[in-house]
Amino acid sequence: MGPNDTGGMALTHGPIIVQFTGMAGKSPIITGVVVAVLIAGAAAAFAATWRPSIATVEPPRPDSFDPALVKRGRALAAIGNCNTCHTIRGGGNYAGGVPVPTPFGTVFSSNITPDAETGIGRWPEEAFVRAMRTGVSRDGHHLYPTFPYDHFTHISDADDRALYAFLMTRQPVHASLPENQLSFPVSQRPAIAGWKLLYLRRDGVHLDGTKSAEWNRGAYLVKGLAHCGACHTPRNALGAERVNAQFAGGDVDNWHAYALNDSSHSPLPWDADALYAYLRRGWHPDHGTARGPMADVVSNLSSVPDNDVRAIAVYMADMSGGVPAPDRERPARASVAQAQSPSTGQGAAAGATIYAAACASCHETGRPLPYGGVNLALSTAIASPDPRNLINIVLSGIDAVEGERGPIMPGFSDSMDDTQMVALLSFLRARFGKQPAWSDLDKTVREARSTQAASLSTSPQLRTVPDDSK
Amino acid sequence: MMTLKVNGRDHQVDADPDTPLLYVLRDDIKLNAAKFGCGLGQCGSCTVIVDGRAVLSCVTPVVLLGGKQVTTLEGLGTVAEPAPIQRAFMEEQAAQCGYCIAGMMMRAQALLLRNPKPTDAQIRAELEPNLCRCGTHMRILRAVHRAARLMDTADASSVTDRSVP
Repeated sequence: MGPNDTGGMALTHGPIIVQFTGMAGKSPIITGVVVAVLIAGAAAAFAATWRPSIATVEPPRPDSFDPALVKRGRALAAIGNCNTCHTIRGGGNYAGGVPVPTPFGTVFSSNITPDAETGIGRWPEEAFVRAMRTGVSRDGHHLYPTFPYDHFTHISDADDRALYAFLMTRQPVHASLPENQLSFPVSQRPAIAGWKLLYLRRDGVHLDGTKSAEWNRGAYLVKGLAHCGACHTPRNALGAERVNAQFAGGDVDNWHAYALNDSSHSPLPWDADALYAYLRRGWHPDHGTARGPMADVVSNLSSVPDNDVRAIAVYMADMSGGVPAPDRERPARASVAQAQSPSTGQGAAAGATIYAAACASCHETGRPLPYGGVNLALSTAIASPDPRNLINIVLSGIDAVEGERGPIMPGFSDSMDDTQMVALLSFLRARFGKQPAWSDLDKTVREARSTQAASLSTSPQLRTVPDDSK
Repeated sequence: MMTLKVNGRDHQVDADPDTPLLYVLRDDIKLNAAKFGCGLGQCGSCTVIVDGRAVLSCVTPVVLLGGKQVTTLEGLGTVAEPAPIQRAFMEEQAAQCGYCIAGMMMRAQALLLRNPKPTDAQIRAELEPNLCRCGTHMRILRAVHRAARLMDTADASSVTDRSVP
């Protein structure tokens, strides 16, 4: 794509020049000025969009990297959740090809193994750092911001160096990528340069002297490598994170990434200890279980040192307000008796009956996670204005994670029909969420069901970062 | 009292709405192919088919089953007239202790009903929820492939074609 970029741009400017040169007979001086301005503009646009190629190198030998550096890079790659986007089910680790859906079409992730032909094997470190900082490929073409360089731009030189060492010592995988499926004009890579002018800010992560070293470490990780905002911050019409709505909740892969700021719908406020336990284990008795794309995140974090996970928790707790609000008291566990009493209407009665029969036997045992079900009065999924996460969990359940002590739940997609599902969800919302009913619930259930059926055949399973021996 | 449709017959069942289907099948209707394994929907030995889909009967309360068709292993074939899936499991000697096998066959049957020629990977993915502690997994895989071939030449639902070697 690289050499074609500037050609594509010249074509788009061509017709404009022809139109203006049509005025030549009227005033040569004005025409001359217009042409000069246009040429200067084109040159400026060229300068703004064109990036030089960086010369290839022979793929560096894995043993040329310091093992300690590779090890650090491994933990960093886990924080960065690199494998979630760069490893497809059944494919080689980091060999890319994962379809990333966007409002503008589908972008396929790159092969970041050190394969010389299809990966980054011939990339010098300088090219890797430039890609992380500014979203430019080695050959000079602009990369789509589905690769979150708007976050990675904040990563330090030392950490980029360790990530490079880690990736260049992975198993090379020869895997070419499918063509991106994007609509015009987003399909034109020079357009990305415009996006970067608007949204790529490399102002760095400034140390806040009033905060602890742990908080500052957390800020560095969250804003940069961990790129939490990529999912948890809503995006604008051009696909950029809305700076005024940081951590206000976003969308990813048919899941809602919950708001993490003071607009959180968590019935109990998060604090640093709860966040730490949740990120460390993947569940918390007061908040529930990480599912969907967040399951990948906590799976990766399981190999990250405690102090970095703690730093992320401390910083994010501060972002969420951190201090328990006095008006949010701990909700008591419900009981079947209570659950059945306030029902009104036939649908509500059906929902209450299904709840009592299918859910209460685990969710009302009084046992905390992971041995009992989460107290549904504490469920963010039920309190959330977006019902998709709850629907996804009721449909698919919560799988046991190999080798870990964690919550489990059977899925009900094959035993509950849509009517039963809607009745149950409406009941849960009214009884435990104490919120207005979700609108278009039946449509959302149908969509979630079809998405679930599709993802069962394509979605990657839980993965962990491969160890250095692989 | 509720009506439960099992293996093509209506059964009048006197059970609380939260009674797991498995208990009703075994205790009330005396169909004992589906087994109690973990009781948590984590092992698959209780798998039956509801409206064509494999369902874990130990975590499915009967209140969900109004108007739905339940099929158990007994509904597929008999000792004298085994269904293709049963015949394939016997011919491959896919059981050791056999406790998981009824569930394995029901989930495999549900797969074959919607995908008559599954790949090895598709069978593995489909049977992932069903556990076998004896280790007959490779035989089970072969049996599902064999059942697919048998069904290809027989009626896919139940009747065995004796002419197939």
